[in-house]
Amino acid sequence: MTDIITKIEKIDLPDKDRANIEDDLLRHIAGPSRKYKIWIGVLVFIIAVGAFAYVRQLKYGLIVTAMRDYTSWGIYISNFVFFVAVSLVGSLVSSILKLSHATWATPLNRISEIIAVSAIMSAAIIIIIDMGRPDRFFNVFLYGRLQSPIIWDVIVIGTYLVISFLLLFISLLPDIGLCRDRLVELPGWQKKMYRTLAFNWQDKPEQFEIVKKISGILGIMVIPVAFAIHTITSWLFATTWRPGWDSTNLGPYFVSGAFMVGASCIIIAMYFIQKYLRLQEYITDKHFDNMGKLLVLLSLVYLYFNINEYLGPLFRMVGVEGEHITELFAGKYAPMYWLVQVGGLILPITLLIFKPFRKPFPIMIVSFLVLVGAWLKRFLIVIPSLQHPYLPIQDVDESYMHYIPTWEEWAITLGSFAGALLIISVLIKLFPVLPIWEIKNEKKLIKAT
Amino acid sequence: MRKNQIKQSARRKFFKTFITGSIGAVAGKELYSTGTTNDANGPDEKITALSSDGKLIKVLKSQVEHMHHAPVTPSEARKGIPGKKFVLIVDLGKCRNARKCIEGCEKHHHLTPDRPFIKVLKMKDNPRSSYYWMPKKCFQCDNPPCVKVCPVGATYKRTDNIVLIDNNRCIGCRFCMAACPYSARVFNWGEPQPAEGYDKPYSPETSVPSKVGTVEKCDFCPDVLRENKLPPCITSCPNGVLYFGDANDDAVTNGEETVRLSELLREKAAYRYMEDLGTEPNVYYLPPVDRLFPFKDTNAESNT
Repeated sequence: MTDIITKIEKIDLPDKDRANIEDDLLRHIAGPSRKYKIWIGVLVFIIAVGAFAYVRQLKYGLIVTAMRDYTSWGIYISNFVFFVAVSLVGSLVSSILKLSHATWATPLNRISEIIAVSAIMSAAIIIIIDMGRPDRFFNVFLYGRLQSPIIWDVIVIGTYLVISFLLLFISLLPDIGLCRDRLVELPGWQKKMYRTLAFNWQDKPEQFEIVKKISGILGIMVIPVAFAIHTITSWLFATTWRPGWDSTNLGPYFVSGAFMVGASCIIIAMYFIQKYLRLQEYITDKHFDNMGKLLVLLSLVYLYFNINEYLGPLFRMVGVEGEHITELFAGKYAPMYWLVQVGGLILPITLLIFKPFRKPFPIMIVSFLVLVGAWLKRFLIVIPSLQHPYLPIQDVDESYMHYIPTWEEWAITLGSFAGALLIISVLIKLFPVLPIWEIKNEKKLIKAT
Repeated sequence: MRKNQIKQSARRKFFKTFITGSIGAVAGKELYSTGTTNDANGPDEKITALSSDGKLIKVLKSQVEHMHHAPVTPSEARKGIPGKKFVLIVDLGKCRNARKCIEGCEKHHHLTPDRPFIKVLKMKDNPRSSYYWMPKKCFQCDNPPCVKVCPVGATYKRTDNIVLIDNNRCIGCRFCMAACPYSARVFNWGEPQPAEGYDKPYSPETSVPSKVGTVEKCDFCPDVLRENKLPPCITSCPNGVLYFGDANDDAVTNGEETVRLSELLREKAAYRYMEDLGTEPNVYYLPPVDRLFPFKDTNAESNT
C-alpha cells in the first residue's frame, strides 16, 4: 500500500489564485437546480415507500418479511453489514491516506467523510428496523450486558458515529467560515446556519493550528475504531457455531471487504461530483487512476481472505460446513456466488490492472460492479449459513425452508439506500464538497500560515 | 401454603422431591416478594411462611389467599426453584412419533403449530444405521450460547437448570436464535393468537400470553413444577419416552415408573447431543436400541 501512496505526485492544480478556487468550489452551493430538485424528489419518494413498508412492519410485526425461525436474519442484517462496511471509507481516505502523506487524496477527504457519516447513520437506523421490538430500544441501555457482542457493536458504532461526525465537522469549520463571509446572496436561513455553525471562525493562525491538531488526533483515533466496528460486526457471526460464520478469519475478511467497497464508493461519488459540479480541474484523471490502483490492491487483499475463508471448509467438505459450501459452489446460491466472486472481485481486479479502465467512466462502471457484488456478498454471508443448522430442518411449514425477501424488505432496503444518498446529497449541497482550505494550503494560498 | 400452615418442618420438607414427597413452601417466594410490608400493626391474622432464602417470615393471611394463583413475577422468575436441578431424559428406543408431547405442549403454552417448542425429528446416524425419531426441545444448557449473546439479559440461566426468557424485556434481535446450535428457539413473527381462557398476568415462567416480536422456547414449564406436577409433554406421552426429574434427588420419572437418574444414564449409555460443543445440555438421550416399535415414517402424514 505504501508503495502506491508514497510514489504519487502532488496534484497539478492549474495555476489559479485563491479567489478562483473559492469561486469554483463554492459555486454549487447556490440555489438548487431543477435536476437537483428532481433527484431529491425521487429519493424522498423512495424513502416514503420504504417508510410505508416499515409502518406495515410495525403494525403486523416481522411476519411481513420472509424471515422465519431458521432464516432468522435476512437482508436487513446483510444491508446493515454492507453499510457498516461502506462507512469505513471515511477512515480509509481521510485518515490512512492523509497519515501516509498521500497529498493527492486531499480533495477526496470531505467526500469520504460525508459518505462515512451517512453510511454509519444508515447502518444504525437499519439495525433498529431489524428489531422485533423497536419500542424497547432503550432496554439496550437500561439492561445492556457487556458480555454480548451486540453491546460492543452499539458502543463502537456510537463512538465511530461521533468521531466521523467530528472529523467531518472540524475540518469543515474554515470552509463554513468562508461560506458565511462570501455567500451573501443566499436565503436568510442558510446564512444564519453558516453563522451559527462557523463558531466565530476568523481564519486566525491559532484557529488553523487547533483544527489541524484536532483533525490529526481524530484521524489517528478513527483508525482503530474503524477496524473495530467491522471486526465486531463480524463477531456477531463469528461467535456462533454456524457454518461459514464459525471462523477465526472473519474479522480481517470483513475489514478487507469493507475497504474494497469503500474505495469503490468513493470512485462512484468522485465521478458524479466531478461531472455534475463541474470540478474536473480538481478531481482529475490522476485521482481516478490512483484510486483504481488502490482498489486493485484492496481487492487483491480481499481475494486473499476469500480464498482463506473458503479453502479450509472446501477441502474438508464435512457435515453442515460441507452442505454450506456445496450450496454456495454448486447449489441454489451458486449463480449468485459466482456472479459475486467473478463479476464483483476477479473481473474488477483484472480490468483495473489496465490503464484505460482507470479512466473516469470505465472505472465508475467497474466500481459499480464491485458495489453490487459487495452487497450480494453480504447476502451470501448472512443467509445461507442460517439454512444449514446442525439438526435437520423438518416438521415446519414450507415457507421456513427458503428465504425470498418480500416487497416490504426490498422497499425498506431501497429506502435505506435512498436515505444514505439523501444525506450525502444534502450535505454536498450545503457545504463545500472539497476541502477548500486544505487545497489552498497545499497551493500555499493561505497567507496566515 | 395452601393450608396456610407452614411450620418449622416445612424447611426439611422443602428439599424433598416432588416425586417422592410433597412440599408447598415454594409459594413462600411469592409471599416474600409481596406481603412483608405491614408487619406488626394490622389487625389481620398473620401466618408464618418460608421465603426462598430459607427465612421464616410473617405475612398477612389475607394476602396469602390473594396471591395463591398468580404466576411469579419476572424478578422472581430469574431465581429458579431452590434446591432443584431439573433434567430430562429421552429414551429414543420408545418413541414412535406419536406427537402427543407436541400437543400437550401446544395446549399448555397456548401455541399455534407454526411455533412448536418441541419437534420430533427423523434422524439417521450413518448410512447403514436405521431411522429413529428424536424428540427435541430446549436442552437447558449449563453453558448456554443463547444466554451469552443476549444484549439485554432477557434470556437467563436459573439455579434450577432452566434457561428462561423474559418476553417483557426481549428486544427481538434474534441473536440467541443464531447462537443456539440446536435451533430450539422460535420467534413470534406476527401477533400471536390470543390465549383463550387464560386470564393470569404474564410471567416468564408461563410465557403466556405470547408477545409479538419476541423469542420463545421450551421452558420445562416451571409454573407446573412449582405445583409439584410433571410438565405436560411428559404426562401426555403415551409411550413413556420422556423422563423428568431433579438431579439433586437422583430420580426421574416418566409418569409411570420412577428410576434412579445415575443408574439410567450409566446403564443405558446415555449421551448428550453434540457433547463436543461444550454447551453442557441438561437433556440426555438414551440410544435408539431395543425398540418398542418398528420405524414407520409417520411424518409424511402429520407434517404441517
